[in-house]
Amino acid sequence: MTINFTVNGEDRSVDVDPDTPLLWVLRDELKMTGTKFGCGIAQCGACTVHLNGMPRRSCVTPISMVDGSDVTTIEGVSGPEAEAVQAAWTAIDVPQCGYCQSGQIMSATALLQMVTNPTDEDIDNAMAGNICRCATYVRIRQAIHDAAKTLEG
Amino acid sequence: MNIQTSRRGFLTGLIVAVALPRLARAEGRAGYFNELPAGDSEWAPNAFIRVAPDNTVTVLIKHIEFGQGPYTGLTTLVAEEMDADWGQMRAAAAPADAEKYANLAFGMQGTGGSTAMANSFMQMRKAGAAARAMLVAAAAQKFGVSPDQITIEKGVLRAGDQSASFGELAEAAASQTAPEDPPVKDPADFRLIGTDLPKVDTKAKTDGQAQFSLDVYRDGMLTAVVAHPPKFGATVAGFDDSAATQVAGVRKVVQIPQGVAVLADNTFAALKGRAALKVDWDDSAAETRSSEQMVQEWTAAAQATGNSAKDWEIEASGDVDQALADGDVLEATYVFPYLAHTPMEPLDGVLELREGEAEVWMGSQMQTGDAAAVSQVLGMDNVRLHTMLAGGSFGRRAQPDSHFAAELAAVAKANGPGAVKLMWTREDDVKGGYYRPLTVHNLKGAIGADGKLTAWDHGIAAQSVVAGTPFEPMLQGGPDFTAFEGASELRYATPNHRLRWSQMDSPVSTLWWRSVGHSHTGFAVECFIDELLEKAGQDPIEGRLALLGDDHLREKAVLQRAAEMAQMSGDYGYGVAVVKSFDTYVAQIAEVEDRGGVPHVRRVWCAVDCGIAVNPNVIRAQMEGGIGYGLSAVLYSEITLEEGGLIRQANWDGYPIMRIPQMPAVEVAIIPSAEPPTGVGEPGTPPIGPAVANAWRRMTGTALRRLPIIPVPVA
Repeated sequence: MTINFTVNGEDRSVDVDPDTPLLWVLRDELKMTGTKFGCGIAQCGACTVHLNGMPRRSCVTPISMVDGSDVTTIEGVSGPEAEAVQAAWTAIDVPQCGYCQSGQIMSATALLQMVTNPTDEDIDNAMAGNICRCATYVRIRQAIHDAAKTLEG
Repeated sequence: MNIQTSRRGFLTGLIVAVALPRLARAEGRAGYFNELPAGDSEWAPNAFIRVAPDNTVTVLIKHIEFGQGPYTGLTTLVAEEMDADWGQMRAAAAPADAEKYANLAFGMQGTGGSTAMANSFMQMRKAGAAARAMLVAAAAQKFGVSPDQITIEKGVLRAGDQSASFGELAEAAASQTAPEDPPVKDPADFRLIGTDLPKVDTKAKTDGQAQFSLDVYRDGMLTAVVAHPPKFGATVAGFDDSAATQVAGVRKVVQIPQGVAVLADNTFAALKGRAALKVDWDDSAAETRSSEQMVQEWTAAAQATGNSAKDWEIEASGDVDQALADGDVLEATYVFPYLAHTPMEPLDGVLELREGEAEVWMGSQMQTGDAAAVSQVLGMDNVRLHTMLAGGSFGRRAQPDSHFAAELAAVAKANGPGAVKLMWTREDDVKGGYYRPLTVHNLKGAIGADGKLTAWDHGIAAQSVVAGTPFEPMLQGGPDFTAFEGASELRYATPNHRLRWSQMDSPVSTLWWRSVGHSHTGFAVECFIDELLEKAGQDPIEGRLALLGDDHLREKAVLQRAAEMAQMSGDYGYGVAVVKSFDTYVAQIAEVEDRGGVPHVRRVWCAVDCGIAVNPNVIRAQMEGGIGYGLSAVLYSEITLEEGGLIRQANWDGYPIMRIPQMPAVEVAIIPSAEPPTGVGEPGTPPIGPAVANAWRRMTGTALRRLPIIPVPVA
């Protein structure tokens, strides 16, 4: 089955089993490896992308659902919120092993696109779906607050 | 894990030659290469340093990077001694080569036991100092001055009004003689060590560019998943692949020693193929006991000798039985479940088989053993192993039996020429064993009204991680110290002391799990001493300080520092624990809230003494992460064998992991020290569990002696 969609603004067309999760289309077909596999059942958030601007677990999103949609991945995420998040992440060295961080950054960027000055509770709600096994949570929280301050100017 | 220096050399090295493609160089910010640049124009003063004409200095890192910071830390040591500018520094994974890149604590190439910094500290400084001396000699010739007139600052050599960069001098430096034993800096002259240098791998880990094993794609590569036995010790009796081979994209279904492998054009096809596969298992040698039954057997063994395959008396002094008979005895039994490590990136790797040679990409934590295992399975000497970044390990990738490398090689052998990626799913990981051993502690002790400890009788029942593996020679016929480290050499003084270890047997495979023996001995010792002190009416901090003699000054110092930091109010419970592990001293105080009958940890104050603090920011991060990792396990984690031996848990839904709402605020203080640096990857983990349990007991009166504290309800 041929599926047409965009990834980071570029038109893409793939001919795959329609049940194939978006995650494996990105990785195996398009060789875009920034989006990670962690659990396969939407428990960890390592595979988080933006689907039509909303955070989405690509490991449980069949490619058939993506037809005609716009996908944004860590390789292409852009705009003031993404830049502020990545700069804040870098400034306090959030990542340890780094494997979950693509998903963390996609979730954090989506949060800041929706909420300009998130409280700790907002952060808990938006980020609870993203496991970090290195437990960099203290710094993730700090970096989101820092990014929000940057965006306020 | 803990492999001692005196037991080095038990595995023979495999010499592997590597030539890797060059990647684009980043400018300005210290960084790392996914693969070692192999430029002919580079100056290589020794096995660890490459200086390029573009003025970048690349440090070859012999240790895998999976979050604990060796890429940054070891690069710092070289930069310090060279007086380089941090922005010109790069890190790259060293090739697998046990001759050049052995862990000096192991005698083979590998990472573990929080040894990366400790074993590299002088080696990498000497490497940097040698390069510096050669640059100085080259500059002296070029400038026409004597070497002692040369100064170096931020990568620029100067004499009078003449100056040159490392890159400009590299060619001339290459013809200088390398000094055999160059002097290193007086610590008072450190400019980079002791500062919060930005980590070399952060940027690539925030823009999706960091390359892990799962990210390796080779031309024509197949992807494989393996159906493993659902019970430990079971084997393949037969299989029906008629449905599996009908799945579009499935290329091959083949039995290997580890199970039945499904090879396909892509990951999804491989997973579908495995789901359609029918395997009959021979359970005749399988573990069929439930973990509950094992807990009962282990408990009997911890309580008295004669209830296990083998009882070891580890330590004995005074007359414990008499002292217990005379004292007001407290007895407690602590139960610790099997634990899976569940690193974010499950086990994975790529092997490309060509005529007479094999190339492997994997997050290898034991390069020497893993390369040897591939070589053995393939019957091929020419094996090139690339150490990739790995998405966490916590011990899971440090495999004495190199079981993953062997499985990857078995799949590749069945596949024939070409490339194949082997991926374990999260279910493979959770159900796949190599767990922190199920462990039971039994403690009997007595403390007098004067606060003096009169008796301490400690029995531990657990499997050996090391026995029966290729690492067994490190035990030299003795007991497996990783089962009781932290309970031995008891830090609290008592004239009457006994420690026993009952060695238990099971086909369930076990492995070191972040902080190894300390992951349970820290809990048992620190909870038991706290309860004894409470029983004797003693303050938990003052009581500990009184029992820690003058040979435990560093424990006392971290304990006092944590107590100074803690802001204790009347609204919550507070608990303390102090644990020395891997020669690093950590004390933690936890602030715990009773939230509907279960503990919620609000804040943690942590004091750490790890000798010279090479990068304080990395040390703080490791304490934060170690606390989160330890807390996650004591609150939520257990692997359960059902009646018959099947594993109950499958993924993170049934094996919960701490998420951001449960993470406490953490404040870390680092004790200033001039001692050689020790590790920080593991030592942050042991104290948090007992600190929380002690807070809970002092607040509610309930002692938490069976982990996890908040088990998943059985459906």
